[in-house]
Amino acid sequence: MTLSIGKALNAALRDAMREDDTVLMFGEDVGALGGVFRVTDGLAAEFGDRCFDTPLAEAGIVGMAVGMAMNGFRPVVEMQFDAFAYPAFEQIASHVAKMRNRTRGAVNLPMVIRVPYAGGIGGVEHHSDSSEAYYAHTPGLKVVTPATVADAYSLLREAIADPDPVVFMEAKKLYWAKDEVSLPVTTAPFGTAEVRREGTDATLVAYGPAVPVALEAAAAAAEDGRSLEVVDLRTLVPFDDSAVAESVRKTGRCVVVAEATGFAGVSAEIAARVQERCFHSLWAPVLRVTGWDVPYPPPVLEKYHLPGVDRVLDTVDRLQWDDVPDPRFLVPEQAT
Amino acid sequence: MTTQAEHRMPPATLPADADLLPSAEPIRFLDDDGGPAPGDAHGRYERPAPELLRRAYAAMVLGRRFDAQATALTKQGRLAVYPSSRGQEACQIGAVLALREADWLFPTYRDTMALAARGIDAADALTLLRGSWHCGYDPMATRTAPQCTPLATHAPHAVGVAYAARRRGEDTVALVLIGDGGTSEGDFHEALNFAAVFHAPVVFLVQNNGYAISVPLSRQTAAPSLAHKGAGYGVRGERVDGNDPLAVLAVLTEAVESARAGGGPVLVEAHTYRIEPHTNADDDARYRDHDEVETWKRRDPIARLEAYLRSQGELTDDDVSAAREAAEAYAADVRARLGEEPSGDPADLFAHVYAAPTPQLREQAGWLAEELAR
Repeated sequence: MTLSIGKALNAALRDAMREDDTVLMFGEDVGALGGVFRVTDGLAAEFGDRCFDTPLAEAGIVGMAVGMAMNGFRPVVEMQFDAFAYPAFEQIASHVAKMRNRTRGAVNLPMVIRVPYAGGIGGVEHHSDSSEAYYAHTPGLKVVTPATVADAYSLLREAIADPDPVVFMEAKKLYWAKDEVSLPVTTAPFGTAEVRREGTDATLVAYGPAVPVALEAAAAAAEDGRSLEVVDLRTLVPFDDSAVAESVRKTGRCVVVAEATGFAGVSAEIAARVQERCFHSLWAPVLRVTGWDVPYPPPVLEKYHLPGVDRVLDTVDRLQWDDVPDPRFLVPEQAT
Repeated sequence: MTTQAEHRMPPATLPADADLLPSAEPIRFLDDDGGPAPGDAHGRYERPAPELLRRAYAAMVLGRRFDAQATALTKQGRLAVYPSSRGQEACQIGAVLALREADWLFPTYRDTMALAARGIDAADALTLLRGSWHCGYDPMATRTAPQCTPLATHAPHAVGVAYAARRRGEDTVALVLIGDGGTSEGDFHEALNFAAVFHAPVVFLVQNNGYAISVPLSRQTAAPSLAHKGAGYGVRGERVDGNDPLAVLAVLTEAVESARAGGGPVLVEAHTYRIEPHTNADDDARYRDHDEVETWKRRDPIARLEAYLRSQGELTDDDVSAAREAAEAYAADVRARLGEEPSGDPADLFAHVYAAPTPQLREQAGWLAEELAR
């Protein structure tokens, strides 16, 4: 059947709740309304108070989920929007991420924090942050971000079943992306990147909202006779070093595509890891296409911010195809 | 299913404003010397049974000796830090005695005495303060959460644990310990609100000991009392003389049993005092008068309880000696067992970050092992 990512997430929640009574869904507007993106649509009708609204307080939501996970439940909580999750950050960084370590494994927190994130939907301020780096930088969390319909279903099921806390990042602009899929579907497990398009000349490493951009760029490049491989990370933590390195060693060139600001971001980590592992296979420095290092721009400007196909292709062109270095990063005397 | 669903919902009739407000003065049974408090200062509360008070006395004597031993061990470098609860014994012991074994306790870093009273091995209870990264005991087996350092952030956890139990139709109660400083944190307020909205059986015990490190209560709040903060959330508040063991036991027992019976959460403010500095690293002469400390020493909870029990013929010289001997033996055991240097296996750094280490952690553990093998 043809299904959107939003519907696949909804189906994953429904199936998990049908199979396991201890799975609960709660947060802001997730009950009767079905969530502002309708990801929890119909769950309150089917499961009663196993899908319920809470007071509007994110630290309280995550903190209560910690207690419920300590006491026999598998809570899934929704943060409504990326930037609205920040009040919960202390709970996430100090407790969710550390509880297992602080108790030497005695206390597990099987919980999922769903975070609709990133932009491209014309959202007003505070509604379009790419906040994945905060979570990926916090040991003890798993950080997952699906880019396909099948992954949306399968990775959310895996997140709910996982014994560790998972921050589940849902790219808002992909909620309506559709694909043919037959549910239930099981895709590759956490820590496995997928090659979405095979290629031989360069590797585009992408995740979440950047995956369709990378694929579109690869299709356009093919028309110009350049063969780009696209690797979809799927999970940022755990990270699939081997799949990324295998691809880059094969192609010898790498561009990381991410919507988040680049400085100190996940894209920087990827570039560093590729450089560490693939230096001797590289024909050019690893380059990045990311959002600018600015607060997420308003709707009238976001098209200049978001990494698009043109910027990806321009960056691919800078990968020293004729042994010419990227002039942007040369000191003046080198450039002459 | 229906019964459980009913359990989860607040009662149809919400409490009237007046029912949520604390008593005009802190509840007390005893005056500062252990004699009867004048008038009806104990309000509607029942005097705890002598047997419970005798247990409390022995536990408080033991707790104070343990606390003094931990402070001494810090001065010898055996503990990294120790936040003393000397002077707060009535709260520390009262909180534990008000709970059943199946109930949950959510302590802070200042509540190690309560952990010992809960039956947690003293050496285990001091693990964190010895300089380890973990709490040292099994929270699931002891129904005692790891000691919480970020203020009030454990309060929503207590709500979650209690609400989870209630959803399953269990009569478990969670009691969370908070300080006066912690009541300024957002998580305290969110926890009160969630507990009220979900009718979770939680007792919030605020040990108001006058100072958040150096900052006095007047800088934390302009409210008539910390117990008043419950009313705005629909949580019943009560305040108690935190150095009157009879009053603390009476109020906490009532609060715990009320929550257990479905009466919803309760906020209890105990007026007490931190006799020692914040920790061994603190210099309290910079922010409080010696006279103030001496005033509070005269309201000593152990002396008051001892005087009361003796006046009732419930405590003999032999009982007092026995309690002190037990406390000395306990302290000697703690001293002996904490004499050894703590050891840490570097592999443990990676062992409990996730249920199974990620490939990155396995790789880094290998690098550290190589580094150590050189």
